[in-house]
This record gives sequence, C-alpha cells and structure tokens, in this order.
Amino acid sequence: MIKISGKVVNKAMEKKIMLGNEAFARGAYEAGVKVVSSYPGTPSTEVTETAAKYDEIYVEWAPNEKVGVEVAVGASIGGVRSLSCMKHVGLNVAADPFFTAAYTGVTGGAVILVADDNGCHSSQNEQDSRYYGRSAGVPVLEPANAQECKDYIKQAYEISEKYDTVVLIRSNTRISHSRGIVELGERVEKERIPYKKDIQKYVAMPAMAKKLHVKQEERMGRIARDCDTMDINRVEMGDTSLGIITSGICYQYVKEAMPDVSVLKMGMINPIPAGLIKDFASKVDKLYIIEEGNPYFEEQIRAMGVEVAGGKDMFTIQGEYSGNMIRKAFGLEVPEIENQAAPGRPPLLCAGCPHRGLFHVLSRLKKTVMGDIGCYTLGALPPTSAMDACLCMGASITMAHGFEKAVGDSKDLVAVLGDSTFFHSGITGLVNMNYNQAKGTVIILDNRITGMTGHQDNPSTGKNAKGQEAPAIDIAGICRACGVKHVVEIDPFDIEELEEIIKTETARDELSVIITKRPCALIVKQPDIPYLVTDRCKNCRMCMKIGCPAIEEKDGRPFIVPERCVGCGLCATVCPFDAIEITDGGKEDR
Amino acid sequence: MSSSKVNILIVGVGGQGTLLASVLLGNLALKKGLDVKLSEVHGMAQRGGSVVTHVKISDETVNSPLIEEGDADVIIAFEELEAYRWLSYLKKGGAMYVNTQQILPMPVIMKQAEYPDRIIETIEKKAGRVKAFDALSIAEECGSVKAVNVVLLGAASKDLPFDEDSWIKVIEENVKPKFVELNKKAFAMGRQA
Repeated sequence: MIKISGKVVNKAMEKKIMLGNEAFARGAYEAGVKVVSSYPGTPSTEVTETAAKYDEIYVEWAPNEKVGVEVAVGASIGGVRSLSCMKHVGLNVAADPFFTAAYTGVTGGAVILVADDNGCHSSQNEQDSRYYGRSAGVPVLEPANAQECKDYIKQAYEISEKYDTVVLIRSNTRISHSRGIVELGERVEKERIPYKKDIQKYVAMPAMAKKLHVKQEERMGRIARDCDTMDINRVEMGDTSLGIITSGICYQYVKEAMPDVSVLKMGMINPIPAGLIKDFASKVDKLYIIEEGNPYFEEQIRAMGVEVAGGKDMFTIQGEYSGNMIRKAFGLEVPEIENQAAPGRPPLLCAGCPHRGLFHVLSRLKKTVMGDIGCYTLGALPPTSAMDACLCMGASITMAHGFEKAVGDSKDLVAVLGDSTFFHSGITGLVNMNYNQAKGTVIILDNRITGMTGHQDNPSTGKNAKGQEAPAIDIAGICRACGVKHVVEIDPFDIEELEEIIKTETARDELSVIITKRPCALIVKQPDIPYLVTDRCKNCRMCMKIGCPAIEEKDGRPFIVPERCVGCGLCATVCPFDAIEITDGGKEDR
Repeated sequence: MSSSKVNILIVGVGGQGTLLASVLLGNLALKKGLDVKLSEVHGMAQRGGSVVTHVKISDETVNSPLIEEGDADVIIAFEELEAYRWLSYLKKGGAMYVNTQQILPMPVIMKQAEYPDRIIETIEKKAGRVKAFDALSIAEECGSVKAVNVVLLGAASKDLPFDEDSWIKVIEENVKPKFVELNKKAFAMGRQA
C-alpha cells in the first residue's frame, strides 16, 4: 500500500488521470528508483515534485542541473536506480557530467530526463535536446502520451542496466503538461548492487577514457542493431500511398490530421532503427518526416540513402505543430477560421510582488540592468521596462562584469538576479568579479522561494524538497565569503531607502551587493485589504507606472480593482499626493 | 455535438483558477470509462498572462491533447477578452459560456491597445448559444470569489454529456472536504444561471 498526495492507492491496475510529468514520477517509483536530484525548470518541474511525495524515494532539489546529474551518477555508482530531471537549457548546464557519464556507464540504472519547450512557452530558446543524446552517445527515448511517460521511463531503466549506459528521456511541454489516463502498477524494489571498486570504468582520465570511448561506441552499435526489433518502435500500416516517420507529440498530431496513413512511430529516437526505417520506406509510395524542431530525423534518414518526399521543406523549425497545420501542408481541407485581432495579454509581476519595488526604482534611476532568469525577467516589460539583457541562468553578474570591462565604468549599471538563480550559477560570477577587481553592483532578489517554476524550496529557504527542515544558507554570508566588502540588505518596498542605497553602491569604486528581502506574494498571506484612490488624486498616474495588475483606469482616473488588490501598499508609497489609502474597515496593521 | 466526443476549451487569465475545472472534467470522463486528454499552461504565462486548458473527451482514443481551431464544442471563458481571443476555436454553432468580467491587460492600461467593444455581440454572431453572466457575483454569493470556476462549470454542464449526480460526485471526490459544500452550491447556482 502506498501513499500518493495523501490518497491511498492499494490496488494495481487502477487508472488515474495524470500529468505527463506525474506519470514519469510514477514510472520512476514503480521502477524502484531510490535517488532523485534535480533543479526545477518549466516544463520538467512536476516530475521531481511528484517523486518527492513517495516515501520510498530520496528526492532533493540541487542548486543546479550539473549538481543534479552528478548526484544521480554517484547514486548509480553506489548501486541504486537514480534520476535527474531538467528543462532543455538545464542540460546545457549538466552537459559536462552527462558527456562523460556516457562513457563510464552505470551500476544502478541512471536516467536523465530533459523537457524541451517547443514554442517557447516558458523559456529563452527552443533548443532541440535530441542532439544531446546523439552527440554524447546515449540512447534516447521519447514518449507520446502520459501512459508512455510511465512505461518508457521504466523501460529506460531496463535499457540502462542491460547495456550499461545512461539513458536520456526526452519530453516537451505538450507531453509533460498534458494529462491523460494512466494505468498504475506496483513498485518493484531493487536490491542495491554492492559497490565494487573499478577505476578502469569510473576514473575518467585519459588512459581509461580512450578505452571507455571504444566501449561506448560498441554499446551504441549493439543498441543500434537491437532497436530495429524493440517494440518501443512501432509500425502502424494503413494506406501505403503515404508513409510518415514521426515520434512524440508529433505522432499525436499526425494521427489527428491523417488517421489512415501508414506511420512509423519511434519511441527510441537515438539510435534510430535504420533497418526498420528502410523496410518501412520500401513499403510506402512516398515517405515524409514530421518532427518539431530541427531536421534531426530527416538528416539522418536522408544520409541512409532513403528517399524522403518531404520534411522541413514543408514545416517550420520554429514553434509547435498541430493537426490542421499538417493537413494544410498535405493540401487537405481545414476549416476556415476567422480570427479576431485581440490585444495581447503578456504575463506580468503579480499584485504584491516584492520585485515591483526594485524595478520601479531601477526604472526611475534609468540604470542599465543585466537581468537573469526568473519571474523578475518580467521587469523587462512595460511599464517598468527596467532590464537590458537576459541570457541564461547566472549571466546577469557575468554580463555586467563584461559590460563594465568594455565601458570602463559601472556607475550606471547593475546586475539583477534571484536567490535561487544566485545559488544556481551566480556565485562563481561573483567570485570572478571580486578576483578580477570589478566595481559593479549586484542586486540579489531574495524572495525566499524559487518563484517562476511554482514555488520550490532552495538552499536559502530552510526547507528541502520533501518539505522538511533544512539548513538555510545565508546569501549575505556567501557574498562576504566571496570577498565582497559592501553587502546591504533592504526591503524592496522601502523605496526611498532602496533608491539611496542603489545610488550609493553604484557610485562606489568597489564591488557591492544589495540583497532585497521580501517573500514572494504568493507564499505569504497577504493583508488582502484593498487600497483605494481618494479624491485627493491629481491624476499624475505615478501609481500606474509600477505596473500593478490591480490598478486600471476608470472614468479617466486610476482605479484600484478591490478583488485584485492584495493590500501591499506600494501604490500608496509611490503616490506623491498621499491620495491612496487603505479602505475603510481595514486596519493597516492587521 | 455528438455525445461520444466533446471538446471543451477553458480560457482565462493566469491566476483565475482555470485548472480545477479541467481536473473535474477529466475525472468525470475517467469515471464514465471514456478516454480523455487535457493540456495545460504552466510557467511564465501563469503570471497574469492569457491561459488556456484544452479538454478532449471521447469514447474513442483521443490523440492530440490540443483542440484545433474551429473544433471546440464548448468554450468556458473566465474573462471577456479571453472569450474573444479564443473565439476562433469555437465550432460553428458551438456554445460559449462567458463570465462578464473584464481584466484589462497591461497594453490596454498603457493605452497601447484598446479593449475590444461589443465582445458579446461578436460572439453571438458566431456561436450557437451564448451565456454571458456575472459568475463572479454568484461565486461571491456562494461564499468565495474563488468558486467562479465551478459556477461557470455548472452553467456549461447543461451542454455536456454528464448527469447532475455524476457532477456532484466528482466534486465531492476531488475538492478538499471543507470546500465541498461551497462548490456544490456554486455548481447548482451556475447550472440555474
């Protein structure tokens, strides 16, 4: 009998509606996984969150993806099944251990799960992680629905141990964030494999690495031969005038668009089943390849000498596909659609968000802001428009450093990043700044949580992935330990003081760090007593410049929508005429 | 709409609670032995952006988790502009349930764009049935503005192939015990709206 999210599930074969990511976690649970270490990242986060609810699995949030993969590799050497999950760009961070773990192989099964974001729903790029598997030389599995998420991850552990290799699972937003019906199974406990020292296998230094590389090539060759007959790759013969090779979510779009054509659905996407592909190609009149992202299959299949009638010449590299898009590409009828031009609704900082105070001040001071990845990237959008660049996790600090070295001055410059991002990859940048005698100012937004991905704990929050007490690592202490002499902590809603501090610290000829401390508005109970624009309002619209979603315009004047106001009071602070008050009946100190 | 296949699009603004409605629908379909897929938005758009949940229910295998444009039998909109934005997804003659609340997006607040006029009229021209009503006030009357999702679901339930008892049961099974009564009331009032 096991417990999932408080509900007791005691019989096998029970069916549940599960998010793709929940199904991955369920599969890992059933496969007997013992250690999970991940860094949150949309669309991968819920795999680790769900895994954390199983008592039988040790689950942790690592400070970044490189750490997560290394922990998983260590657990595998220690003899248990392990997992590390990340978003596509996280695999870039983890690429270093990933490429060499591809040489060493495993003891307990090791699976790395990567979720791509075709369509850039919540990411800075649309990188196609399939190439990682091919480049590193590890098998890659790609499921096409929630049931397959569960089944494939279990199969991944079998493959990992059978062939002595790390296995990569590739998901994407539509697989990870779609719910479907999943049949549950029982967990099968795996005995820990006793540790045996083997430096030829696990010490990747030149003499060993050369031999390991040869072994890795041999193992991939073996998998390439075997995958022609693996049932994870499936041929569905239909109308033979048209054959489609596809995988993952695109399989679903193909079935929606053209249910009668012949399809080769690949579940293992590295290596691809050459024999099966050639055989399939010989049985259909025309062969097409449908894959979102880069021409990953297409280039390989064309290189086999197989004649391909269409691929990326018919479809985009950018963005997501759909059933209608495929129908259109094949000249089939699609319903005529009349589109209404509607004003966009870009995401924005929540009502009560602590970051709003900082971006208001940075906007007023007209600083050049090197930004970073998190909710606070939204500070780049109007009306605050207080960000100049955002590249990848931790790059705010290092880009600011490079900018300072280029311009020769940092008086008008700041780096801005969040607490979790600082732990992820900001610390090394700060060490670099001090070591290389930078004079810049780094602002760390400490909101006591990893916000954008849905509120995961991190090394500063005092709780671990299981919600248990954990040491809270002091950000100011780390900055001082990096040699920063000027470290200031401030409430970002104390905007007058904050403005003074930013002026002082940026003017200083030495490196400084400002830590803005205020918890995320979504994790701490807000006063929920709405503010009100009184008749003292001179219509200067200062309150509208902070970009609060609760402040609209009504009858030509600012108006605070009561049900959206959480009572943070920032608008009242910025109002030069004291025209904004808390509503009657509410007490300021409640 | 055939009773064996129904596509429902739930649209709103990030933070309005569109996800519970889809969870209830999904579990209802599962109980009836139907296939179901739901597609959701997580991440950045949840911060006040336009959000959409696709719900596809069928007695045959559901393939794509996404509803195509022009293929939604029912659209449940938590906000007027979002109803308007997603109108192209409605099937000819489909049903639209709209909460007559307007949340101005930042480009409108900043006067870079205009909130469209006569949204309900535009929808009426295309939809077979339109039910536009103040679900927020009804939810408030029930005891919490957060119940707006279940009020809307109650209204739309008349267009969906499940009987009232099944709805009540799925609410009882999927809502936290202390909110069950509130949500049952919200559902009933939505259904009568």
